[in-house]
Amino acid sequence: MNNRQVRSRGRQGPTGGPADEERFESNLGQRHRTGRAWRIAFQASTVIGIIALMALLYTIVVKSAGLVAVENQVDPASLAVDGVPVQDQTKEQLLTILEEHLSSGTMRRLESEKPFAERSREEVYQLVLDRVVEPKIVASWPLTESLLNRQAIEAEVASEYPNASLQFRSWLNADFIQSPQSSQPELAGVRTAILGSLWTIAITILIAFPVGVGAAVYLEEYTRNNWINRLIQTNINNLAGVPSIIYGMLGLAVFVRMLEPLTSGTLFGLADPTTANGRTILSAGLTLALLILPLLIINAQEAIRAVPNSLRQASYGLGATKWQTIWHHVLPNALPGILTGTILAISRAVGETAPLVVVGVSTYIVADPSGPFSKFTTLPAQIYQWTSRPQDEFRNLAAAAIIVLLVMLLSLNAAAILLRNRYSRRW
Amino acid sequence: MSTGTQLVRVTAQPHLAGTPTSEMGHNGDYAIETHDLSVYYGDFRAIKGIDLPVRRRQITALIGPSGCGKSTVLRAFNRMNDLIPGARAEGQVLFHGQNVYAPEVDPVEVRRRIGMVFQKPNPFPKTIYENVAWGARINGYRGDMDDLVERSLRQAALWDEVHDKLQESALALSGGQQQRLCIARVIAVKPEIILMDEPCSALDPIATLKIEDLMRELARDYTIIIVTHNMQQAARVSDHTAFFMIDQERAGTLIEYGPTTQLFTTPYDKRTEDYITGRFG
Repeated sequence: MNNRQVRSRGRQGPTGGPADEERFESNLGQRHRTGRAWRIAFQASTVIGIIALMALLYTIVVKSAGLVAVENQVDPASLAVDGVPVQDQTKEQLLTILEEHLSSGTMRRLESEKPFAERSREEVYQLVLDRVVEPKIVASWPLTESLLNRQAIEAEVASEYPNASLQFRSWLNADFIQSPQSSQPELAGVRTAILGSLWTIAITILIAFPVGVGAAVYLEEYTRNNWINRLIQTNINNLAGVPSIIYGMLGLAVFVRMLEPLTSGTLFGLADPTTANGRTILSAGLTLALLILPLLIINAQEAIRAVPNSLRQASYGLGATKWQTIWHHVLPNALPGILTGTILAISRAVGETAPLVVVGVSTYIVADPSGPFSKFTTLPAQIYQWTSRPQDEFRNLAAAAIIVLLVMLLSLNAAAILLRNRYSRRW
Repeated sequence: MSTGTQLVRVTAQPHLAGTPTSEMGHNGDYAIETHDLSVYYGDFRAIKGIDLPVRRRQITALIGPSGCGKSTVLRAFNRMNDLIPGARAEGQVLFHGQNVYAPEVDPVEVRRRIGMVFQKPNPFPKTIYENVAWGARINGYRGDMDDLVERSLRQAALWDEVHDKLQESALALSGGQQQRLCIARVIAVKPEIILMDEPCSALDPIATLKIEDLMRELARDYTIIIVTHNMQQAARVSDHTAFFMIDQERAGTLIEYGPTTQLFTTPYDKRTEDYITGRFG
């Protein structure tokens, strides 16, 4: 009906004949088809993205839990004394077991670490389990296989590891998060790495956020549009694209080597000058801060530019100074945007590995970091180190650590989003 | 054309001399006056040689076609043009006998004493109360803030509508209310002159009428200079009207300036007549 109206009007018009009208209509159908084709293309890209993400999560989850074959060096049942099983024995009985099974040298070392007299019964029991029973994982299977092929696995264990028992093990458990690194996969954990990551990122935020926002405010609100400022702007944009390993080299040269007295803590008398070096949390935090600084500046600039000029004018029109305008209007209104940019930048810093490897992340460390001048490892570095080990069990550990890293990233982001909503919901 | 402009100035001067308030003597009855004022944006001269004395406690309307520089003239009064990169002014703007463009004058102080209301209502994204109180606070006001907020809102004819929601967001108000809030916020810093840059162009006719009534009220205490595209508005609210046009170099010049009734009924210049009768612009 509409078409007829349009056509009749076309006929009356001075230029448009019916032939022209026909051409218009066929063109419309073509336009809709083009639109549909593009819509399908966009949908397909989204689906590909989702599939890739699901595949990633699947491979991680499948590795982080599953069946394991555990072999004990000494059968716990053989340790029973007078029918009392090992888990019910007294501290004295457990100490006797230790003396029977361990060399005198090992006993002396344990004594010097912490005298047996001071150890509780539980600690001694743990020693018996770790040193005497010494459970070892001899084989592990991924989650899907463990669920679908249990019989085959049981048969395999029975034939190949007659002394082993089959257990279901989630590699991601409370012990894993609370234990430090260890060369035995069943005892290794990520506590050192989590603490190292948190310390590093705290220093990164502390340095990069104020410097980045300050630089963005200066570039947006104070500078004139002349060639030197355009040069600075271009350089910042280019720095955002520099490979992170380059920042690692920079960090090594400047923070680890040149500023060693500062980054090692010897300048403040906080570290022993004979052993301390610049490969500390402080160096790593400063390097990551440099790495995310361009990102932060660019994001903060965008946020500041998005503050409507009418607000600045209103402020100046009331007799506010430049600083009052920036502090009371520009920054509060740009803050949600600045925080969004900061979230992205921090997420990137948390996941960085390459620059930290160059700066000197420790590959094997069991001591918790105690401050900015400690040796350290981070979660991504730990994951990298575990994936490069030949044993299958470390691959499982890496998968579990990846989940920990993802959870840590998500909770950091959630905290920042909450903070952002708090500020933007003021009005 | 330039000789024509000269003639206009000559013809414009007698009206000024003829108005009754001029008996008070030079400067006494003028709140602010420009002498040979030109404003440049980079190399481009936006306005040229403007001589515009503005009468105290009266409403002066600046009219003219788009791009004739009337907003530039308005912003020159409180140095808002300083905020535009590359803008500079030549000539003088005398405020209490002091050139506001003199090097020793702080533009921040000028802007407090010559407040500004903008084309689009631009309240701060804060509470209604904070919108009014903020300007006073940053300017070091030490009196009773609640009292100041109430007085300012009453003067802006907004108190009755908002007195029970002072702690709510100013952005929840209607456009007309927002514009009156912007006027209240200017009043709160106790200016002598209020500049209004097309304050009603984003408002509906009823809101416009309220603002116009308010302007008449405010003219008892304040000098008001208003830029408007709406000639009926200029005729309705203003005591004096200045008509601007661009010359061949595209620089805005003052064509005619005089009492509003006179300018609208018996304009001296042919171009003024053409403009107000709607023949162009």
